[in-house]
Amino acid sequence: MPPVFIWLPAAAIGLLMLLPPVYLLVRTLESGTAGLDVLFSMRTLGILLRTVLLVGIVTAACAAIGVSLAWLTLRTDLPYRRVFGMLTALPLAIPSYVFALLVITALGPKGMAQGWLEPLGVDRLPSIFGLPGAALTLTLLSFPYVMLPVKAAIQRVDPAMEEAARSLGRSSMEAFFSVTLPLLRPAIVAGSLLVALYTLSDFGAVSLLRYQTFTWVIFIQYETAFDRSIAAALSLALTALAIALLIAESRTRGSARYYRITPGAQRVPHIANLGRWRWPAALYAATVVFFSLAGPMALLVYWVVRGVAAGEPLDLLWSNTVSTIYVSALAATAAAVAATPVALLTVRYPGWVSSVLERLAYVGFALPGLAVALAFVFFGASVLTPVYQTTFLLVTAYVVLFLPASVGATQTALKQVSPRLEEAARSLGKTPFHAFRLVTLPMLSKGIAAGAALVFLLTMKELPATLILSPTGFRTLATSVWSAASEAFFARAAMPAILLIIAAGIPTTLLILREQEER
Amino acid sequence: MRPLPYLRRALAIAALVIIAAALAACSDPTPTPTAQPQATPTPAPQVPGSLVIYSGRGESLVDPIIQQFADVTGIDVEVKYGGTASLAATLLEEGTNSPADVFYAQDPGGLGAVESLLAPLPADILERSPEWARSPQGLWAGISGRARVLVYSPDRVPESELPADIFDLTDPKWKGRIGWAPTNGSFLTMVTGMRKLWGEEKTAEWIEGMVENDAIIYPKNTPQVAAVAAGEIDIGLVNHYYLYRFISEEGEDFAARNYHPAGGGPGALVMVSGAGILSTAENRENADRFVEFLLGTVAQQFFAGQTFEYPLVEGVNINRLLTPLDEIARPDIALADLSDLEGTTAILRDLGALP
Repeated sequence: MPPVFIWLPAAAIGLLMLLPPVYLLVRTLESGTAGLDVLFSMRTLGILLRTVLLVGIVTAACAAIGVSLAWLTLRTDLPYRRVFGMLTALPLAIPSYVFALLVITALGPKGMAQGWLEPLGVDRLPSIFGLPGAALTLTLLSFPYVMLPVKAAIQRVDPAMEEAARSLGRSSMEAFFSVTLPLLRPAIVAGSLLVALYTLSDFGAVSLLRYQTFTWVIFIQYETAFDRSIAAALSLALTALAIALLIAESRTRGSARYYRITPGAQRVPHIANLGRWRWPAALYAATVVFFSLAGPMALLVYWVVRGVAAGEPLDLLWSNTVSTIYVSALAATAAAVAATPVALLTVRYPGWVSSVLERLAYVGFALPGLAVALAFVFFGASVLTPVYQTTFLLVTAYVVLFLPASVGATQTALKQVSPRLEEAARSLGKTPFHAFRLVTLPMLSKGIAAGAALVFLLTMKELPATLILSPTGFRTLATSVWSAASEAFFARAAMPAILLIIAAGIPTTLLILREQEER
Repeated sequence: MRPLPYLRRALAIAALVIIAAALAACSDPTPTPTAQPQATPTPAPQVPGSLVIYSGRGESLVDPIIQQFADVTGIDVEVKYGGTASLAATLLEEGTNSPADVFYAQDPGGLGAVESLLAPLPADILERSPEWARSPQGLWAGISGRARVLVYSPDRVPESELPADIFDLTDPKWKGRIGWAPTNGSFLTMVTGMRKLWGEEKTAEWIEGMVENDAIIYPKNTPQVAAVAAGEIDIGLVNHYYLYRFISEEGEDFAARNYHPAGGGPGALVMVSGAGILSTAENRENADRFVEFLLGTVAQQFFAGQTFEYPLVEGVNINRLLTPLDEIARPDIALADLSDLEGTTAILRDLGALP
């Protein structure tokens, strides 16, 4: 039986996470068989297959880019690795529909790239629409989901293990691949899961790039038919798909141990010498940064300049920036606090209760934001009236939406902490809570911080729940971007988008500073 | 062991902030009203009070005119912006507990979806809106007009080739050259009009013809206008005002123009944005004043001048870039008759235009 300080908050979080599925069930039961008809139509089944294909491609690509960049920026002599380390986290802050718009402007028909290539006799580029564009966009936006937790995990791996491998004749690179990489597996899997679920729930990129996924079908129900019950039935089906993914993930996990069993000493990690690969590696990192951040940023600045030249006022949107950072910081801390008991319960006390809780924690992330927001309207307007449309309920909804980002990072960290350390503290007469606070929590801090940073970035760009659940009159940068872009005022949309990316620099800089503090 | 006062402090602060936010939220659900300048010439009746608007129309479009209303009346106006469909869904979930007084929607479809929650408008306000543009039960009034048009590329489609009726777009010569946004609310309203004007059979024929012609599916109107200018398609089915926003941002040489089908029919339909008042409105009087204001000269002038829409009340001039309403071969149809979205999505779904 886990101690009270773990199971009580974990149970409360579990109940909270149940709200969206319960709401969806209520609405689905209203729809009768209409929802099933849509779900089992041939077209929907085809769309389901296309969705799975997109999820597979994006997840694999993000894992490859995320792991390679994490290693390059932490454990090699890559030139400018601190700069790369910081810049590569920022794409997470760009809303997917903005990124898709930029991709179309740059690479679409009669786009910028084609304009540059025209003198060379290229009059038609391969189409960016459909699977290639959607996969490219979502990969460039989501690889940090893998990179951030993997970086946190790399820092927790005892350098002594690699040293042992190298003392037995392996090169630094071989040592990384044969020793460290397997130890990173929980982090890679947790990050990939986030990518997969994010891809599943994305609407902005896939709709603009015209690749019809399951979420798109759900939106059509809300948008065209004003039909909440069919949409709810389809959302439940999406939940089932997400749970299938989660079960598949837990099958791959096995019972491996990722912590060290003997005591070790604090030591400086070995920095691999890339040799003649140093500059090609820098070119690779620079290419990723160019396509995921610098290129989009340049285009946004161009839109602003063009707008100002046409007489558009330059609005710095201070209050929107402040409220964005405020509400994102609240969500990040709330998610970090909520994730810790869930991670402790699921890692230290395995069993059916904790595996149910773990899967529940991920449900909100896979659902379309609108469905989760409406669930909170449903409960908020009738039962929780005093907090309805307050910052409190909004932050609660963010926690439900983004909990897995911080649970995953915290769990990964916890898996690398040997339970024997807590046991030692307990045997010396500490209570379970004291043992946790004095021994486990300090060792978890990096994982918790990485998770909180992810939640911060996710919250900054969140749109559907922010629009519906925020106090009236509350504006964030994401709502300003959306408001302008949806009416085709691109110059006006560009400025808040730029501010969004700059604000995203706050948590990532903090993370980098902590990395340096360690050295 | 490295001590981590840093993290502990951060967690403590976090917990405090959350508790504080919770307390603030519980104790004071209504934000403190900001003081309104009382120096406006119009005398405000007693205490101006407040008003909560749910706006499915974009902030970048209507915020200036809503601000003007707040300034003139001294009313503390709070606006929740969002998509028309998601706000309609929100209103339905909120039911009688909704804090909203007014629902200002992009299209009659959104208002139709929440009709059970609306209260009739006072006749003198309702009747400022033309009869074809308002609810026959008086539940909502059309505020500003938007015309369905074909946005086309003057470079690739000579004027002589432009179809007189959108039915002609099913001609094989348009194969691969057209775009549409079958999930867009205005498009769906147009198809509902098509079913009224042409009947189910011809409508089905048109949809099949469009699908056969590989009409490219766009998520909404703006990307179609951009795609015409970019040369991806030659003709798109959109609302009229997007083009002018592109022109004002990118300049006069923006490579697309609007065309109102000369032969009329559903392709020349004129639709409206509209507003209705919730029957649970706590600020009923202010809500009335707001709808009245939207149908007044000042607001109508704003729509004509700033958002490139058609004013709906007499005596307000349209933007000089627009084709006057009486030069459009507008089909004779009441917008309130175009609420059968379910039938329209069903037919589009059956024919493979929608999943």
